[in-house]
Amino acid sequence: MTGGTPVGVLVIGAGPAGLAAAEAALDAGARVTLLDASDATGGQYWRHLPEERAGEHEARLHHGFARYERLRDRVVGDAACTVLLGSAVWSVERSAAAGSGFTVNVATGRVDAARAAMSALEPEAIVLATGAHDRTLPFPGWELPGVFTGGAAQALAKGERVRVGERVVVAGAGPFLLPVAESVAESGARVIEVVEANRLGRIVRGWAPKPWRLLGARAKVGELVGYVSGFLRHRIPYRMGAAVVAAHGTDRVEAVTIARLDTDWRPIPGTERRVAVDAVCVSHDFTPRLELAIAAGCALDERRFVVVDDSQETTVPHVFAAGEITGIGGVDLAMAEGAVAGAAAAGRTPSRNAVRRRRVFSDFAGRISAAHGIRSGWHHWLHDDTIVCRCEEVGYGRLCSTAASTDAEGLRSLKLSTRAGLGICQGRICGRTVEELLVAASPGDRFLDSVSTDRRPIVAPQRLGDLASLGDGPESP
Amino acid sequence: MGRIVVVGAGIIGAAITRELARDGHDVTVVERSAAASGTSGRGEGNILVSDKGPGPELDLARFSRSLWPTVARELREELGESFPAIEFEPKGGLVVSTTAAGAAPLLAFAAAQRSAGVRADVVDAATAKSLEPHLTDATTAAIHYPEDAQIQPVVATEAFLRSARLAGARVLTGHEVIGAVLDSAGALAGVDVRSRDGVTRSFPADAVVNAAGPWGAAVSEVLGAAIPVRPRRGVVLVTTRMPHRVFHKVYDADYVGAVESSSADLQTSSVVESTASGTVLIGSSREQVGFRDEFSTRIVAELARKAILLFPFLSSASLMRSYSGFRPYMPDHVPVIGEDPRLPGLWHANGQEGAGIGLATGTAALLAALIAGRTPPVDAAPFSVSRAGLAPFLAEVAA
Repeated sequence: MTGGTPVGVLVIGAGPAGLAAAEAALDAGARVTLLDASDATGGQYWRHLPEERAGEHEARLHHGFARYERLRDRVVGDAACTVLLGSAVWSVERSAAAGSGFTVNVATGRVDAARAAMSALEPEAIVLATGAHDRTLPFPGWELPGVFTGGAAQALAKGERVRVGERVVVAGAGPFLLPVAESVAESGARVIEVVEANRLGRIVRGWAPKPWRLLGARAKVGELVGYVSGFLRHRIPYRMGAAVVAAHGTDRVEAVTIARLDTDWRPIPGTERRVAVDAVCVSHDFTPRLELAIAAGCALDERRFVVVDDSQETTVPHVFAAGEITGIGGVDLAMAEGAVAGAAAAGRTPSRNAVRRRRVFSDFAGRISAAHGIRSGWHHWLHDDTIVCRCEEVGYGRLCSTAASTDAEGLRSLKLSTRAGLGICQGRICGRTVEELLVAASPGDRFLDSVSTDRRPIVAPQRLGDLASLGDGPESP
Repeated sequence: MGRIVVVGAGIIGAAITRELARDGHDVTVVERSAAASGTSGRGEGNILVSDKGPGPELDLARFSRSLWPTVARELREELGESFPAIEFEPKGGLVVSTTAAGAAPLLAFAAAQRSAGVRADVVDAATAKSLEPHLTDATTAAIHYPEDAQIQPVVATEAFLRSARLAGARVLTGHEVIGAVLDSAGALAGVDVRSRDGVTRSFPADAVVNAAGPWGAAVSEVLGAAIPVRPRRGVVLVTTRMPHRVFHKVYDADYVGAVESSSADLQTSSVVESTASGTVLIGSSREQVGFRDEFSTRIVAELARKAILLFPFLSSASLMRSYSGFRPYMPDHVPVIGEDPRLPGLWHANGQEGAGIGLATGTAALLAALIAGRTPPVDAAPFSVSRAGLAPFLAEVAA
């Protein structure tokens, strides 16, 4: 489409990385448009009650909430900054007219409204700060009401002050379990235990290499101390080397089975114990939101994060990336990357402070992955009737038997013959899991086509009526 | 009975591999990527007689259509219940015109098809509405084609391959044809292939079949006798699942004009249908932009607009994904099926454009008959590489 609105630096995503990018671009004198699909800035990390019913305890519920408020006020209060909330980018396309080379197509308005307002932006430069959503591995019973992803539980607790249950188990892997457990506890629920799949040995080995590099990040220790004291205050036990391998219940979850895992995450027979709960929050990893980066043509690395250079520029000129889409490294790294990306997108040399902070936190992504990354033994806790793709209700058994019967070696063929990942979520929830299980079930050790569940040219579903209203041809009504 | 290499494991190559293996040949299908990873995985699964005027392609389409029920039954019996369904659905087509000017050409087109043996029933507006209750009221003419059908093309391709394996064929994916093996007389006697890991090997063959679709131009050039097949891009929109409200393949009469056009510019015409899973597929666009595959709002908007003209309720439906692919376009609009007189040993089964899913059965039967020296089931002459209409285009690619 042509005839979009010219804008300066377009920052997509108003979480920590996006806000930091917007601030740096404004400091550099650029005009900035900051866009987010949700109705508030802050992203998932600083999700909070709406302003009109602001909470008294935001500061206690959020680490660094004062930092958020300062950043938000700095960015939103700047006359050179346009903030577009409730605005989802639904596609990007090549455009000779825009300085960045791209038109960014935006739909504004709530998804349940009769119509969305469609617009097109033609930025000089783009900062992608689209973040990540948490990935939950399937297990028998995970589709029961009362089973939440860690992110959803946290969002309910922080954004809605909703308690997910009375007796809650938090399970999965990685440091994210700590804030999830804390916000669930702060919401008034009793967290019975936190279950981390990895054993202490691996966690120590993963975090420990070159420990002097962690010195600059010692503020993180304070954060950790905060979690530990919170756990002590709420009397939450933290167990390692175990997992929730099944949820039980008829209308909703009533109990979970927790089993010990070996180092490859394979459940150890005989170690199962049943724990009565009315909610369980599970998160094993994060999946970067790569749709826009892929649509723009940005190269990904072998671990499927966006490749960036020292100035956070992707392999596509004028397109920068910051935050979790370049690696799951936490809020400090995301903000440092955002500050570098925002300045560079505005045509300035990034501040030495931002570059230094990025270096301090730069190996967090690697440490988290080494200490907490998913191990393939988890396949063993699946049953044939465990639903893998919830939208299309594809069970693990059918996934494997279909793959075995066709001998298909292409992901596209496997998806179309199993229907896994083809539903309304378009693989956002199950895509990585479906890929992992299908590779394991198909003849080779990789797919022979170059298909990825991350590729979604339609980034967010749109009403056909809204799409029909677009257009520049003589045929437009 | 000879050794045969089929190049390309799309639906055409897969159907041919099965047919030749069942004929007793020693067949290997070589595929650069994975099965059905090109054109076959990017279309709607059309098995149409409605979109072709009288002529050799219609004859082939009618012949192909007559084979499909048997093929579908054989595949089901052979592969069993554990194999995913190929979803052969003889749902019929409904072609409508929505303009005053469009009615007469559509009625004339249908009359010509009837004279060629196609069931093309003129239906009044009330009957059209009973066939498709959610159709627009603004139709000016409607033709019902009971023979039109639909299939899940990717599963069908995998089913052909599975059946071919059971008949003794080999499927070699992840291997690209990189050169020709010629005998002392200059005839094609095999192909050189290279795996993804860079390992090369030769396959001797009495016949090599180019079934590489739009990539068949490059394959035939590597082998030494280029054919002028070109990619013609198309985009399909997929809605979220909904209760079935579209029961036939429904398209606007200007679809035929777009199919038969030679223009390189973007053309769109509305094709709307439901799938077994409950999504609605919306096509179609045609443009010649090489293998460039870029998202375009303009195409999406046009497709959405025209689909809503046919089915107003689609205005509130949600677009969930889009995909695009490249049809193998032959500049004279007729597939090439048969041996290449310029290079004995090289056979083509290519250029079906957007009709390759439907034409797969007939193409395979025709090619197998030609290779075996049997009487072809349909006249093969119009599909010959040496037909007059193709000569100028052959000269172009040879130059």
